[in-house]
Amino acid sequence: MNTLITRGIQALMVAVLIGAATFAMMRALPGDAAYRIAAGRYGYDNVDTAAADAVRDELGLGGPALPAFLSWLGDLLRLDFGTSLVTGNPVIEEIGHQLGASMALAGVAVLLSLVLGPPLGILAGLRPGGVLDRLLLVVSTGLKAVPQFLMALILILILSVQFRLLPAAGHGEARHFILPALALALGLAAVNARIARDAMARIGAMPFYSFAQWKGLSPHQTLWRHGLRNVSVPLLTYLGLQFVTLVEGVVVVEAVFGWPGIGHALVHAIFSRDVPMVQGTALCLGLSFVLINAVIDVLTQRIDPRRAT
Amino acid sequence: MSDAVMIPRPAGHATRWIGATLVATVLVFSLIGPLAVPGDPFAQSLMKALSGPEPGAPLGYDHLGRSIFHRLAHALRLSPAIAIAAVLSAGLAGLVLGTVAAARGGWTDRILTTLADALLALPGLLLVLIVLAILPGTAFGFWAGLSLVLWVEFFRLTRAATREVLVSPAVQATRLLGFGPIYIFRTHIWPEIAPMMLTAAAFGTATAIMAIAALGFVHVGMRAPTPELGLMMVELLPYWREAPMALLSPVIATFALLLSLTLLAGSRET
Repeated sequence: MNTLITRGIQALMVAVLIGAATFAMMRALPGDAAYRIAAGRYGYDNVDTAAADAVRDELGLGGPALPAFLSWLGDLLRLDFGTSLVTGNPVIEEIGHQLGASMALAGVAVLLSLVLGPPLGILAGLRPGGVLDRLLLVVSTGLKAVPQFLMALILILILSVQFRLLPAAGHGEARHFILPALALALGLAAVNARIARDAMARIGAMPFYSFAQWKGLSPHQTLWRHGLRNVSVPLLTYLGLQFVTLVEGVVVVEAVFGWPGIGHALVHAIFSRDVPMVQGTALCLGLSFVLINAVIDVLTQRIDPRRAT
Repeated sequence: MSDAVMIPRPAGHATRWIGATLVATVLVFSLIGPLAVPGDPFAQSLMKALSGPEPGAPLGYDHLGRSIFHRLAHALRLSPAIAIAAVLSAGLAGLVLGTVAAARGGWTDRILTTLADALLALPGLLLVLIVLAILPGTAFGFWAGLSLVLWVEFFRLTRAATREVLVSPAVQATRLLGFGPIYIFRTHIWPEIAPMMLTAAAFGTATAIMAIAALGFVHVGMRAPTPELGLMMVELLPYWREAPMALLSPVIATFALLLSLTLLAGSRET
């Protein structure tokens, strides 16, 4: 219960921080935001003073700062994100569109990393110091040093430019998932594997684990009954913390592969100074981090009741 | 909350040495290289576009006929300089605020922790992007944005370690003997957190360099014609078939830099 309250406070602080940051962004924009927004709406060739003034009046871009900030925060806390300055559609609708695409990509990436990483890590952890363990250490250290955009670049060069196996960009078919998801998943899998390996090595060395084998369980049964559940706790906690890295990766990888998701939208919104969109997408990302970690808090307490106290 | 994942492992001496050597190599290349082979990273000569190495340009020329060697050396000064500046200011802020939060406790602690937790929930790249949009000047914006992102890690480490040290009998004895807070910090707290700080600093530098390159790669970071690692890659990407080495040099340099910093940091899980 206590953890949920902490998460609630965290969510509130996230909202206030993003409100303040986007408000500052709106106020401190270099140049006249009205012109920028008008350019985004009508195209760069059709901007004149009349169009900019119309935008200024419509959006109330003049006026003192403090009341504007308070009403800004008020709107935010009532979950009223307003409308996109560029398209004129409500921000909620726009995000609803993009969130699905991003979640699909992130979900596939996490699944892929879970298929690749932890099994290898557990195998390595069962024999600490073995060939597999040492090999895994080298490979995962190397993979961790490759940022997602570089991974995306390498995958595009090898798989789609050189061998023409997969499309480098696009959205809609299953094969379009492979490259962006792989670019995200390899880095995650590298760390997943290390966490699983450490947890497995630690648990495998504990007396209760050896006892399970002495009393006659096969190595397979021991792992299945006593190993996996214990390994899953640090793995889950870690996945929650890793969500931020995943989101960052999603922002970059979506931009590289032209994936029509929330990260792509965010980069575009920042480019065209579409502050309500920036606010909406940022809030959405921040709150989903808090939500996912709250779920993970509850889950880990279910899996390992000792942590509830 | 996250005690289960903090599994301290002794960092291998050998890997740290390899990391340090690799960092030194990259730095020597960027600092000494242009002195050994003088040249201008901005000078264009379209006649030489994408041509191979020659004595004046050991790594060949890019699509605008600029020496890749000199652009790479320039880029390898720029990103680490911004990254180190950001890590220094973030480390200082995190150290001071973390110590204050641990020492004062109460509301000071609660407010700072809540703020740090909230920042932790936001993707770092997002914050950097917003700060870049607010502040004038890309390098300055990167420094400010990255400092804002990186201080949280230093803060959390310092606060956790300092809280433990402050309730130890050694500190109580020091207090009873009448020593002040600065003495306690110097003799009890700093030796405890200094090794952690070094690891966190190496990770922070790697994170910062990665962020600068990633944003350059998607065209929202440094602006052309500034030589920057991510920007160089995306500029040279269309010429992969004609000049693979031109694209590979920034790729290899970035990988070497990040790998060396990861090795230098030693193993640590968060």
